[in-house]
Amino acid sequence: MLESKNGMKDGLLNSIKAGPPALLELSSKITALVVDDNTLNQTIHHRLLDNLGIQNQVVGNGKEAVDVHCSGKNFDLILMDMDMPVMNGIEATRKLRSMGIRSLIAGVSARSAEKEKQEFIEAGLDDYQEKPLTTIKLASILHKVKKDG
Amino acid sequence: MERNQMHRQVSVMRQSLFDQGYLDEQFIQLEELQDDANPNFVEEVVTLYYRDSSRLILSIDQALERNPLDFNKLDTYMHQFKGSSTSIGAKKVKAECTQFREYCKAGNGEGCMRTFQQVKKEYTILKRKLEAYFQQARQVGPSETACRPRN
Repeated sequence: MLESKNGMKDGLLNSIKAGPPALLELSSKITALVVDDNTLNQTIHHRLLDNLGIQNQVVGNGKEAVDVHCSGKNFDLILMDMDMPVMNGIEATRKLRSMGIRSLIAGVSARSAEKEKQEFIEAGLDDYQEKPLTTIKLASILHKVKKDG
Repeated sequence: MERNQMHRQVSVMRQSLFDQGYLDEQFIQLEELQDDANPNFVEEVVTLYYRDSSRLILSIDQALERNPLDFNKLDTYMHQFKGSSTSIGAKKVKAECTQFREYCKAGNGEGCMRTFQQVKKEYTILKRKLEAYFQQARQVGPSETACRPRN
């Protein structure tokens, strides 16, 4: 049983780690791409995903995210930062959607202004979470990930 | 007996960081990602934070010497610093970063300079306390940092 602060967190965390077989099986088969220019955030997000048994790759900006898809790779989940050099999260999300990428794209940003958040969402996000990302926030994103077959 | 005392000391040091408002819940989130396979995860992340912070502090110091001040650039740097500070749970540093950004939005150069001194002060204090904590924790052994008591 995972230690946590309250019953609600227990239920959510345990549903990922030790809950219904379908959900456990889901998290261990999900692949993810972390898109963030900050090494600290890359490290934390990579570890968060690892901790849930999710195979993941890390890239440093939106252009690298697009390039990795152009190379033929695909991911169930993309954690997309907003502010990045070369190509930011908004541009990258638009580009990926125009390429026909149907992955679940979750915007992860420290920006809290409603207007900036709205622009990011309208670029094609399926979810938006404010940084810092936590296991609870990630679990809520994962509930939205659908696996084909 | 001495080892138990050291364990208690580390525990007390850790708790004081929360009680005195230097760290918040986010630090606990990082601790929860530490395990036998990643026994030094928190310290590794905090070391990355120091590296990021040094670079940003230097950039902000240089930007504050310019005349006129570029408040957009200052805000951008501080947004990054605040983000990193938030990611490791650096509560007091984060609060000072927020204040700095308020002064940036208001175009208040004096306020920015004054607050930046506070940002650096809080950062220096936190760095010193965390370095002392991790040094003690290392002496006690990896099990102490991996199996931390709940806040």
